[in-house]
Amino acid sequence: MKYLHYLQIKGNSKAYITFIVSLAVIILIGLLSVYQMEHQGHWITGMNNQVVWGLPHVFAIFLIVAASGALNVASISSALGKKAYKPLARLSGVMAIGLLVGGLVILLLDLGRPDRLIVAMTEFNFTSIFTWNIFLYSGFIGIVAVYSWTMLDRPYNKFTNMVGTVAFVWRLILTMGTGSIFGMLISREAYDSALLAPMFIIMSFSFGLAVYLLYLLTAYRLSERPLGDYIVTRLRNLLGIFVAAVAFMVLIYHLTFLYSSEHRDVSLFILLDGGIYTSLFWIGQIILGTIAPLAIIYTPSMKNNRNLLSLASVLIILGGFVQLYIIIIGGQAYPIQLFPGYEVTSTFADGIVAQYSPSINEFLLGIAGVSISLLIITIALRLFHLLPLSLEDKYANPHHS
Amino acid sequence: MSSKASNQTTEQSKTDLTKRKFLSGTVTGSMVAAGVSVAPGIFLTQVAQARTNTSAAVTSDVRWGIVIDTTKKVDWNKCVDACNREHGLGNETKSNQEQKTEYIRVVKVKNKTTGYSSTLPVMCQHCETPPCVDVCPTGASMKREDGIVYVDRHLCIGCRYCMMACPYKARSFVHETLTDQKENTPRGKGCVESCNMCVNRIDQGLKPACVDASEGAMIFGDLNDKSSEISKFLAIQNTKQIRADLRLNTGVRYQGI
Repeated sequence: MKYLHYLQIKGNSKAYITFIVSLAVIILIGLLSVYQMEHQGHWITGMNNQVVWGLPHVFAIFLIVAASGALNVASISSALGKKAYKPLARLSGVMAIGLLVGGLVILLLDLGRPDRLIVAMTEFNFTSIFTWNIFLYSGFIGIVAVYSWTMLDRPYNKFTNMVGTVAFVWRLILTMGTGSIFGMLISREAYDSALLAPMFIIMSFSFGLAVYLLYLLTAYRLSERPLGDYIVTRLRNLLGIFVAAVAFMVLIYHLTFLYSSEHRDVSLFILLDGGIYTSLFWIGQIILGTIAPLAIIYTPSMKNNRNLLSLASVLIILGGFVQLYIIIIGGQAYPIQLFPGYEVTSTFADGIVAQYSPSINEFLLGIAGVSISLLIITIALRLFHLLPLSLEDKYANPHHS
Repeated sequence: MSSKASNQTTEQSKTDLTKRKFLSGTVTGSMVAAGVSVAPGIFLTQVAQARTNTSAAVTSDVRWGIVIDTTKKVDWNKCVDACNREHGLGNETKSNQEQKTEYIRVVKVKNKTTGYSSTLPVMCQHCETPPCVDVCPTGASMKREDGIVYVDRHLCIGCRYCMMACPYKARSFVHETLTDQKENTPRGKGCVESCNMCVNRIDQGLKPACVDASEGAMIFGDLNDKSSEISKFLAIQNTKQIRADLRLNTGVRYQGI
């Protein structure tokens, strides 16, 4: 492999400035929406006492899961020693931080009392997965920041592999922690399974790499830098494996639930008679989010088309979003079983599938979080030497003669 | 501080103490006098109980519980109304039905095969090992030494994780700004709340409002005291816990479900 020359992007093109300004405007609108939500109270959202976490949580959990997945590209280089991924590692670290911050901002602003952040930072209950996550998330940002620094500052390159390995282990624990937010809930049948922790890890591999690949393809196209087939092919093949692995975990999840009598009904609810959730599962998650991208990635006539590969990444991202929507919203909409096997009714919506229609405020908050992530990553691209000037095969392929 | 100043401060505290003693004596005296004149005997006992209980530390020697006899033909809505009155619930003006707070609700349970149905009131079950307390990141969701589970509204950040974790759907989130609140139950927009077994009444030696309104179908008492009415009832009746399979050892038990 020849010497790689990293350089920040110029950041004076019309496309770049338009993108930054657009993100800033979306964030501003999102913040105004949050102000309204906090001033009025959550009655203006679609959330209620049964569906207590709504669309903002879907956005937030997606970004948090994708953050740890985006770091994988760097981890493959540092922790697993694959030289081919080294040129991509710097962007990977910065992207991980950007995505996580966006997700955390959404979580914070969706609290009933975001003004009590100081309480959350000073009062801890260590039986709570949330408390552990506060440390896992802030620790992740710190470790990945140091990791990125060792990559960017040449004299400290010698520490990269060591810090990268710590970051890799940390990110695995972090995603397990995110999955365990749901997995350790005995109250709702869609959760209450240790499978959710590894499933979230596999999901992070897939969603994070899809976000990374889409961003990489777009950044190289817009900055008119060469990007060879060698690196794209490797990322594409890896993405295909990850998408298939998520599908496998979803299969195991449902088989496990169908096998156990106490969980069977919620699995049948999602697979067969859950209305919107069943449609979302088959059309959104399975056909568009899994089969279509796999077809693009593995069909010989399509796999080398960069536009189609970008489309596959978009589909994986949307499919992942839908998957989280089904897990988070569908899992809550399914009635809590006070008396399993009995018919239950009340004035408090017991025994019925809860209604949930996300409000515009929730959507704007979610989109603002995504914009915060993209803004951080895109500004970092302008400030730091994150991407190699060229990723032609002669630079990117370590075996190129 | 000079010795003169110090003496002045000591004298000042003595005066304050005397004032306080005088005032408290006067207030107690008038309360007793009022009690005797309005309702001799009963009211006097209540005042005495109230003073004893509020000054006593809450310990785990006591575990408060409720038994609900669903075989008795009672209009459980009276319990709901009493709860709403006690805590000032139902004053939302903007929230929809699914967003409004309910501490206690009437649930109808029907056996799908036999058609047998019964109704019962469901509220926070005051678990011995409450999932809501486990998951709360700040410790706002808490269990008192005497087994009462409730939310410290000064610590609640409104993350709603406890609502995700409660298997009884016993918690509500305040979705809007509330006015006209009861002094006993301050409720804040953006915080989670639930039945607190009328902790304000228990600390005064009274029973929870729903128990008083239940026409004898609910028994309140100390589960740790073998001689209490509730313990005696539990010892001879086959009562059940809702979702006993979760092994949360609830403080609320049911007869006839």
